[in-house]
Amino acid sequence: MKFAKFAAIALAATILPFASAMAQTIKIGFITSYTGQNASVGVMMDKTVKLWMKEHEKDLPAGVKVEILTRDDTGPNPETAKRLATELVTRDKVDFLAGVIWTPNAAAIAPIAAEAKTPFVIMNAGTSAIIPSGGAPYTVRVSFTLWQSSLPLGQWAAKNNLKKVYSLVSDFGPGIDAETAFKKGFTDGGGNLVEAVRMPLATQDFAPFMQKAKDAKPDAVFVFIPAGVQATGVMKAYSDLGLAKEGIKLIGPGDITTDEELPNMGDVALGAITMFHYSAAATRPANQAFLKMWQRDYGANDWPAFEAAATWDGMMAIFDTIKAQGGKVNGEKSYSLLKGWKTDNSPRGPIMIDPENGDIIQNEYLRRVEKVNGVLGNVEIETFQTAVKDPWKLLNPKK
Amino acid sequence: MDAFLSAFVSILFHGLAYAMILYVISVGLSVTMGLMGFVNLAHGVFAMLGGYVMTTLMNRYGIPFGFALLAAFIAVALFSIVLERLLYSRLYRAGELEQVLFSIGIIFMSVALVRYTWGALPQRMVVPEMLRGSLDFGFRSFPTYRTFLIIVSFGVIAALWLGIERTNFGAQVRAAVDNRRMAESLGINTSKLFTLTFALGSGLAAFGGGMGADILAINPQYAQDYLIYFLMVVSVGGLGSIRGPFVAALLLGIGDTACRYLVPEFGAFFLFAAMMGILLWRPMGLFGKA
Amino acid sequence: MIFKWFNAEQGSAVERFAKRDRLNPLELLPWILAIAAYYVFPSYLPLGSQILLTILFAISLDLALGYAGIITLGHAAFFGVGAYSAGLYALHVTGEPLSGLVVAAIAAGILGLLSGLVILRTTGLTLIMLTLAVLLIVQEFANRARPITGGADGLNGIAMLPIFGVFRFDLFGHTAYWYCLSVLFVMWIFGLLLVRSPFGRSLTGVRENITRMHSIGAPVRRRLVTIYTISAAMAGVAGALLAQTSQFVGLATLGFERSGEIVIMLVLGGIGRIYGAIVGVVIFMIAQDSFARANPAFWSFWVGLLLVLIVLFARGGALGIADNLVALLRGRKK
Repeated sequence: MKFAKFAAIALAATILPFASAMAQTIKIGFITSYTGQNASVGVMMDKTVKLWMKEHEKDLPAGVKVEILTRDDTGPNPETAKRLATELVTRDKVDFLAGVIWTPNAAAIAPIAAEAKTPFVIMNAGTSAIIPSGGAPYTVRVSFTLWQSSLPLGQWAAKNNLKKVYSLVSDFGPGIDAETAFKKGFTDGGGNLVEAVRMPLATQDFAPFMQKAKDAKPDAVFVFIPAGVQATGVMKAYSDLGLAKEGIKLIGPGDITTDEELPNMGDVALGAITMFHYSAAATRPANQAFLKMWQRDYGANDWPAFEAAATWDGMMAIFDTIKAQGGKVNGEKSYSLLKGWKTDNSPRGPIMIDPENGDIIQNEYLRRVEKVNGVLGNVEIETFQTAVKDPWKLLNPKK
Repeated sequence: MDAFLSAFVSILFHGLAYAMILYVISVGLSVTMGLMGFVNLAHGVFAMLGGYVMTTLMNRYGIPFGFALLAAFIAVALFSIVLERLLYSRLYRAGELEQVLFSIGIIFMSVALVRYTWGALPQRMVVPEMLRGSLDFGFRSFPTYRTFLIIVSFGVIAALWLGIERTNFGAQVRAAVDNRRMAESLGINTSKLFTLTFALGSGLAAFGGGMGADILAINPQYAQDYLIYFLMVVSVGGLGSIRGPFVAALLLGIGDTACRYLVPEFGAFFLFAAMMGILLWRPMGLFGKA
Repeated sequence: MIFKWFNAEQGSAVERFAKRDRLNPLELLPWILAIAAYYVFPSYLPLGSQILLTILFAISLDLALGYAGIITLGHAAFFGVGAYSAGLYALHVTGEPLSGLVVAAIAAGILGLLSGLVILRTTGLTLIMLTLAVLLIVQEFANRARPITGGADGLNGIAMLPIFGVFRFDLFGHTAYWYCLSVLFVMWIFGLLLVRSPFGRSLTGVRENITRMHSIGAPVRRRLVTIYTISAAMAGVAGALLAQTSQFVGLATLGFERSGEIVIMLVLGGIGRIYGAIVGVVIFMIAQDSFARANPAFWSFWVGLLLVLIVLFARGGALGIADNLVALLRGRKK
């Protein structure tokens, strides 16, 4: 009796994958954080995937279906992420791995992608070294690297009369990248980085750190924290402690004035200068169309931020790959198609995946927080640099 | 010298604000643990609920800050009476392991229920207009809200201490902590006393949780995230003591802030080492009965 | 078959006493099931390895908590130290797995010995806080010692050599499963011998009535420190298995959640009986795998509810309930 039951389960387990293969269902394992620190970002990425599927599922070749398998990695928790990715490739036999907010998680998943020959599309995690200069087999990134934004920001700061800058970053991969990149751009241009403090990743009350920055009396504070609610915390500490009144500017990569949190930050955010690749306030038509769809489905007070843009573009890249193979995907082929994939139709302007290493190439915009129609927005002042390749790889060709 | 002084003042100020929140939240835990010998790891749940009640009343129903905070105190105190009568009271005579497991169970359930009700995101605490920004004291300026928080906490603490020292209820509590059997034989209804103390402690936790929502962000994992801090205040201060936890909260609040300010690269390492040292030196806490 | 088992428990008291250390055939059942699971659920092997190494961790906790009555919320400290030492050993010395297990056991054992020497003088809440303090200190060290441990990013790039130079760790977890199962089997035998030895019996004495143990002149503290050290080393081996099979070590190995969850799993199965560890972990992790996937947020509600119910109504856990049922049935028969 018992054996019969076991046998039935075993039989089902063997047959099911074949059955689904015949219906040409392409599976995407989508890993993000629905719970824990920065669950809001996971929810936003999930909303983007749903929006994409709603708008573009019809574009797939006839008879081809895409199934999204969502998994919750519960925050910066690489072990869980690694286990989920392993299960997705061994048990669920997915054709693509995608998503991932946190750098440690992405770094833990990349080797699985390589071993399973399943393409992995990073939609957020921004530490350069996840993809070494020679590329990481089967891993591509559609989001950004901190080097892309922080290095030019450092160059800009040095040229724009900020002599003394104080740096505050979260103590993990992206934070260290942001600090190192900014320091390089800034000190090479003649600036003086007075102190560089690394805060624990789980910090929620930024007042003591911000107070120390204020006590050092710099011209500006450079901050990187993972975008999301922590950004509001940083802005609150900056406001409560009255740094603006002392003439201390707030600068950083776009994470500190992330679009979805910006309306909650209040007028103290006005004038914050950031360097980044995406702003919901950008006026280019592709972004306006994206924003319109977003607010149609999720309400006029809901703003997509850079994580949404990257997820959108990532889905576009995966769909283009599926279409190019006529719906019969193969890991090796998908990876070679993803490398060198490009579009002019991204909400952030023209982008391309570097055919050499699989990392993203995109424009960097200098932005300032201003009021647009009564709402705070990251207004793009200028396109600071175009088609920026990850500078870290150019500086460390051997890594 | 100037830099040194300003660092000193900064640490003292932020440490004090942090300490006050920790104390107001934890003092109830100390008393109930001393009274009933109950290892209640779930005390933070009451602080979290206080935060949720307050922010919901403010953000959704537009109720002013002061009233919302008071409502949080009352609502959570009443709720805790139900919990105490229904569940906690069954386990007063159980072993420590059972109590630990039971309260972990309560934490787990609260995480899920709170996430289900309010979502996974931290609650926004919108500080009233007049408490925003910073206050200029001449020699330097301080954030208004934290200044307010320190002053109010001192008021609450003074009232609490006076109440414990001067009122009949306070005398009964002290008697029961010192010697429960003797207090019972003198005709004190300790069961009722337990319930009332539990409610007062939980209400205070809710008050602290609401007021401190600006420092300890209100999110579903609250009870778990800050558990160790509340427990540190109580165990280092000494069970059943009212003043012990105050000293412990000051040490913890100022110590933690100093660590972040002076040696961020070590994190809370020294803090935990200090706790271990103190507990090894005085296993019953600084002010605990041996 | 079941009746035979019932009857084995009957008979004269002397007979039962003489038989109590003998291996009951039923005790082989978990191992038969574990081997069967390999063939029946080939796509669930990574989960299977996780379950096996968690069982080892739970058994290690059972030695300290169940047999010696040391209430600890910091057992993940040893699991994590084992994981990190195995990871660092593989990264910097050699990827040979078996010597990695030994290194992890030694490192975790040393921490167990040192911390046990100082904290086991205390009891109650103070002891709980001190076990937590040890965990937090180790955790904070791992978090901040980025050049050594990788900090919040974790230890990446661990490459393991094949076991005995033959069996390579594969993505589908075939090797890992057999590896974990073999290590668990050896440790299980060791654990059984330990708790059924006079030393093991004396621990139960310490748990049940420490004053009496003192008055009959038993070296109570030395016994406690000894079992704590052994338990720590065993937890270290479990951690090492995780590091070697997942080829990654992160801060979560030292998490308070891991500490708390393992206590829950043990209590769920029933403490102080070795098999409680097996039953509890299997039930918990399979349930987690099936329910938490569908609704991770509500999973913790059911775990919490279960805990509260166990404490209020069924202190012996699953095996305790089984015992009661058996007793009930037997009572009816008579």
